[in-house]
Amino acid sequence: MRPTITHDVRITDTTLRDGSHAQAHQFTIEQVRDTVRALDRAGVEVIEVTHGDGLGGSSFNYGFSHTSELELIAAAREEATQARIAVLLVPGIGTVEDLRRARDAGADVVRVATHCTEADVSPQHFGVARDLGMETVGFLMMAHRTSPEDLAKQARIMVDAGCQCPYVTDSAGALLMHDARARFEALLAEVGDEAWVGYHGHQNLSLGVANSVIAAEVGVKEIDGSLCALGAGSGNSPTEVIAAVFDRMGISTGLDVTALLDAAEDVVRPYLHRWPKMDRNAITQGWAGVYSSFLLHAEHAGERYKVPVPDILRRCGELGLVGGQEDMIIDIALELAREREQG
Amino acid sequence: MSAPAKVPAAIVGPGNIGTDLLAKLARSPRIEVTAMVGVVESEGLDRARAMGVAASPDGVDWLLAQPTLPRIVFEATSAKAHAANAPRYAEAGIRAVDLTPAHLGPMVCPAVNMPDHLDAPNVNMITCGGQATIPIVAAVSRVASVAYAEIVASAASRSAGPGTRANIDEFTQTTARAVEEVGGAERGKAIIILNPVEPPMIMRDTVFCSLPPDADPDAVAASVHAMVERVQQYVPGYALRAEPQFDPPDEKWGGNGRVAVFLEVKGNGDFLPEYAGNLDIMTAAAAQVGELGATEMTEVAA
Repeated sequence: MRPTITHDVRITDTTLRDGSHAQAHQFTIEQVRDTVRALDRAGVEVIEVTHGDGLGGSSFNYGFSHTSELELIAAAREEATQARIAVLLVPGIGTVEDLRRARDAGADVVRVATHCTEADVSPQHFGVARDLGMETVGFLMMAHRTSPEDLAKQARIMVDAGCQCPYVTDSAGALLMHDARARFEALLAEVGDEAWVGYHGHQNLSLGVANSVIAAEVGVKEIDGSLCALGAGSGNSPTEVIAAVFDRMGISTGLDVTALLDAAEDVVRPYLHRWPKMDRNAITQGWAGVYSSFLLHAEHAGERYKVPVPDILRRCGELGLVGGQEDMIIDIALELAREREQG
Repeated sequence: MSAPAKVPAAIVGPGNIGTDLLAKLARSPRIEVTAMVGVVESEGLDRARAMGVAASPDGVDWLLAQPTLPRIVFEATSAKAHAANAPRYAEAGIRAVDLTPAHLGPMVCPAVNMPDHLDAPNVNMITCGGQATIPIVAAVSRVASVAYAEIVASAASRSAGPGTRANIDEFTQTTARAVEEVGGAERGKAIIILNPVEPPMIMRDTVFCSLPPDADPDAVAASVHAMVERVQQYVPGYALRAEPQFDPPDEKWGGNGRVAVFLEVKGNGDFLPEYAGNLDIMTAAAAQVGELGATEMTEVAA
C-alpha cells in the first residue's frame, strides 16, 4: 500500500508550488526548468509543481498564473531524471478532471488537500488518483485547528480512501513543538504500517525546521521544504537547512547538501520577488493561526483600503477563516475601513 | 369571489431539505402540499403527518397510486433517485422541480430565467452556490459584457451533507456551467469552501466578474442592487455585505477590469438553522419556482 522509501526520511520540495504564493503565481517555464534540474541533481526525490492553491487555482480569488500549470508540470517532467513530480489538488477548487490533465502532463504524485476537519471531501479524488496509478498524499491543512485525536480520525478517512501518506500540514505555521509532536504521534498510531505520515511546515514562528527534527525523531517519513524557504507567509522550512541539519543528525535523506545550497543561492535567489521573512505580518499569521497564503492578499487589501495588515490578519484568525477564503480578506478590509470611519 | 383552488404538490425526500421546503410551501397561497414521500419510515415523515400532510414510506409507487395525483413534485432525494423517478413523473404528467444534481431539465434560477422555463416538464435548481451567485453574474452581464465570472461560496461545514461532500466536483462543475449558461458569462469558474468554525458561519458568497475597460460602474452597481432586491423577494436573508468593488483594467487580467460583489445569505430559520443559507436558498428558490409554475397553471386553467 505505502510506497517504498529508501532513506530514513524522504524530502518533498515545494519551492515550485508553495513558493508560487510568494511569487504571486508568476513562475516561468525557464525558472521551473532551472529549479527542477538543480533539485533533481541534488537528490530531491519529489518535486511539487502547481499553482499555489493547487490545480485549477489560477483565478481572480487566488491570482492568475503567468504560465499554465500544465505547461510547468510538463517542463518539470522533462527535466527530472530521478525525481517524481507532484501536484497539489484542493477539492472545491480543483477537480478530478484537472487531475487527469495533470497526470497526462506528467505528474506522478498527487497531494490532495482539505481543511483538517473536512477529509470526507477527498475520497473521490484519491480514488481517481489510484486508478490513474498515481502515488497519493493527503494534506490535512491548518492542523492546529483540531485536536491530535480528531486529526488522526481525519487521517483515517483519507487512508481508507487510498491515501498513502497523510500529512500534518501546518498551513499557518502555528504549531508549537509539543503541538506538532502530539499530532505526529496521533497519526502514526492511527495509520500504523498502512501508510506513512508526513509534515509540512511554515516558518511564521520560526519552528518549521525544529518541528521537522521532531518529526524525524518520532518516525515521520515524509517532510516538506522549499529552497530559500520560498513559500506562503514567512515561507516553508528551507530544504537546504533541513538537509544540513539532518546530515548533522545522521538522518539519511539522500540529499547532497552542497548542491542544495548552490541551488538555493544560484538558482532560486536571483528570481525571488521577495525573500520570505519573519516580519510583523507573517509572525502575526503564526501567532493568530492564519492561513499563510493570505499574506500577499492581506497586504494588497491593506494598501488599497488603507487599513493595517496585522489588523486584517488578526480578524481572519478571529473569524476562523480557512484556506481558500481569500475573498473574505477584501470583505474584512472593507469592514475595518467602515469601523475606522465610524470611529 | 373565492380564492383560486391551490395546486396540489408532493415532496419526495423527507430529509432536512424536504422538511424545510414543506415549511416554506405551507405559507404558499398557490400550492398545497398533499403528500410527503420517503423510502423508509423517518422523522421527516412524522413531521409531515404532524402538519396534516399524508406521508408514506412506500416511495413513488405509493405516490402514483393515489386517487388524486399532484401536479408538481419537488424532488429532494439524490441524483440517482431522481433519474429513476423522473420518467414516471413525466408519464403521469407531473411537473418536476429537481433539487438534486441530476440535471435532466433546464437549469433555473427564479430571479434570472424562470419565464423561459415556465412550461418545462422538469427543471433543475442548479446548486446552492449557483442560486446565490448567478443572479449577480446575470445582473452584471445585462449591462456589460462578462468574458469571465468566478464565484466563491463559503458554507458552514455543518450545512454540507454527505452527498455534497462525496461529490464536491459536481458542485464546482455544475455551478461553473450555470454561471455561463444562466448567468451569461462567456467562461465561468466556481469554488466552494467548507468552514467548520463554531458557532457556524452564515453562508457567504463572492462574485467576481471581468469588465471591459469601457464598462459603466454606475450601471453595473445599479443592476446589482436591483437584482439583490429581486432575490430578496423570495430569500429575505439575501444581502450585500458591501457596495460592489471595482478594480481598474489591469494587464494581469488581459486588460480587463473587475467587479467584486460580496454577499451574505442568512437562512429564514424555517426548519434549517439560520446559518444554513446555502440550503435555505435552495428550498426558497424551489418554492418560488413552484409558485410561479402554479400561478401559470391556474391562470391557464382560468
